[in-house]
Amino acid sequence: MGRITLDKVRKAFGDVEVIPPLDLTIEDGEFVVFVGPSGCGKSTLLRLIAGLEDVSGGQIRIDGEDATLVPPAKRGLAMVFQSYALYPHMSVRKNIAFPMRMAGLPQDEQDRRIEAAAKALNLTDYLDRRPGQLSGGQRQRVAIGRAIVREPAAFLFDEPLSNLDAALRHGMRLEISELHERLKTTMVYVTHDQVEAMTMADKIVVLQAGVIEQVGSPLELYRAPRNLFVAGFIGSPKMNLLTGADAANRGAHTIGVRPEHLSISTTDGAWRGTVGVAEHLGSDTFLHIHPDSNPSDTMTIRVDGSFTARHGDVVWLTPQEDHIHKFDAEGLRIA
Amino acid sequence: MARAVSTQRKLIYTVVAWTIALLIFFPILWTILTSFKTEADAIADPPLFLGFDWTLENYAIVQERSDYMRYLWNSVAIACGSTALGILIAVPAAWSMAFVPGRKTKDILLWMLSTKMLPAVGVLYPIRLILIELGLLDTKGALIFILTLINLPIIVWMLYTYFKEIPGEILEAARMDGASLRSEILYVLTPMAVPGIASTILLNIILAWNEAFWSLTLTTVDAAPLTAFIASYSSPEGLFYAKLSAASTMAIAPILIMGWFSQKQLVRGLTFGAVK
Repeated sequence: MGRITLDKVRKAFGDVEVIPPLDLTIEDGEFVVFVGPSGCGKSTLLRLIAGLEDVSGGQIRIDGEDATLVPPAKRGLAMVFQSYALYPHMSVRKNIAFPMRMAGLPQDEQDRRIEAAAKALNLTDYLDRRPGQLSGGQRQRVAIGRAIVREPAAFLFDEPLSNLDAALRHGMRLEISELHERLKTTMVYVTHDQVEAMTMADKIVVLQAGVIEQVGSPLELYRAPRNLFVAGFIGSPKMNLLTGADAANRGAHTIGVRPEHLSISTTDGAWRGTVGVAEHLGSDTFLHIHPDSNPSDTMTIRVDGSFTARHGDVVWLTPQEDHIHKFDAEGLRIA
Repeated sequence: MARAVSTQRKLIYTVVAWTIALLIFFPILWTILTSFKTEADAIADPPLFLGFDWTLENYAIVQERSDYMRYLWNSVAIACGSTALGILIAVPAAWSMAFVPGRKTKDILLWMLSTKMLPAVGVLYPIRLILIELGLLDTKGALIFILTLINLPIIVWMLYTYFKEIPGEILEAARMDGASLRSEILYVLTPMAVPGIASTILLNIILAWNEAFWSLTLTTVDAAPLTAFIASYSSPEGLFYAKLSAASTMAIAPILIMGWFSQKQLVRGLTFGAVK
């Protein structure tokens, strides 16, 4: 079991309040991702759940029991750190065994779990090596192995993939998702990468300056961002945001259209502009268009990979009216 | 051309370095040479460098006159005892300063070091009187305790510097893995800090071994270490340079040999972890 409840949890460092009172419930078995720009308090929030930082107010409950003052060792949670935080003086086997050794598990049970974890994580051939002799991806797998074997109530991941290169990151993303499918254990995952958030999460928590901007499934956030911040943060490339007459005509202060909800034409449409940079991904092409109404601005549109447009071409863009997001002057979504 | 200059430079640096090293080492070398001379050769004018009759008689006399082994044992016990006690106290202290610093931690560290600036003789009488009162004068225990206190600031400082180099996340990982504070220090922090702890131990054994002020003033016979053994040869009977040199050589030999074999760790220790 691993149901985590944050009740008016607050954190201040000295006079600086980094997390104003905050409520959040993480259901058992859920994969929850905390996402936000750096400095938004997402890692601090994770460390509060872990017990590595003390809360300045409020209550943390794990499976209904007050864990606010329980030391990290006794919370039954496992954590995977950005820097892997392996014990450099121990072999891979001893690293993985460490939590079980601390829990006083019998040796044969320890061996059984190490073998199982090593097999699942492709580490069987490396059990007798030291962490220093492993690659970044292997080290991260050891850190995950060390977390799995103690069969925790929940896994906490603190930006576990940001030290890996792009190809490896994608592979590990799939492995962690696979792990979640298999174990069905609660996972709380911190990242600044909204692609990781979108692809892995059951539930995304978008944070800014210690405040939860929106909580919801990836597609809920994508389809109905509650405010301008979430609209701009979730989605890659970013949503196109327009103010002025186009917004006023639709009864809003700001309107937003995602790149895939614009259609392009060389003859007519709603907005005229010239083609700037074209990013060819093969299957898709992202065109950056400078609208004539405001040439210093850039709008992004996704077109099929077979569409050809050259720098300086004149094109017309038309939004799909039923996919326009409307926001009021405060930046909140207009239903 | 550039190569020629650099070779010339190298030569100059080498000569300068050797000269300085010899100058520093010369008193020790002279002591060792003198210990093999007769008393007459020892005070010969002009001094004899190598052209004298080598003799071992000084060593025989020194060994006969005083119980070298007892002094040696006292030195070993006092140096190792005070270092072990100091490490036991300093590891948890340095841990808390490095990983859970409070608002005053920096001040405490500096204040501890500032006690080393105090002239020792300033507290000699209070300490001596207390030891007399407690009946602990001329006991190894008392000297171990005093030397522990005196070297503690240095031990804490050195360990603090080493611990600072260990990433805090690894200790946090241990905490998440269910380690108690004791297990965290014993199984994770200490093994990772072994090189640092080793240089700290070495340096402090040497400091305690060489310590003369307190061992001369707080011991007489029973607990007297090798520093007292040397001092006993500059006696009222007059100065016997050759025998004094033999005694000195015997006193410094163990620590000199130890230092020779642990040069690397010592340099690390003396640079307070700045050089890797």
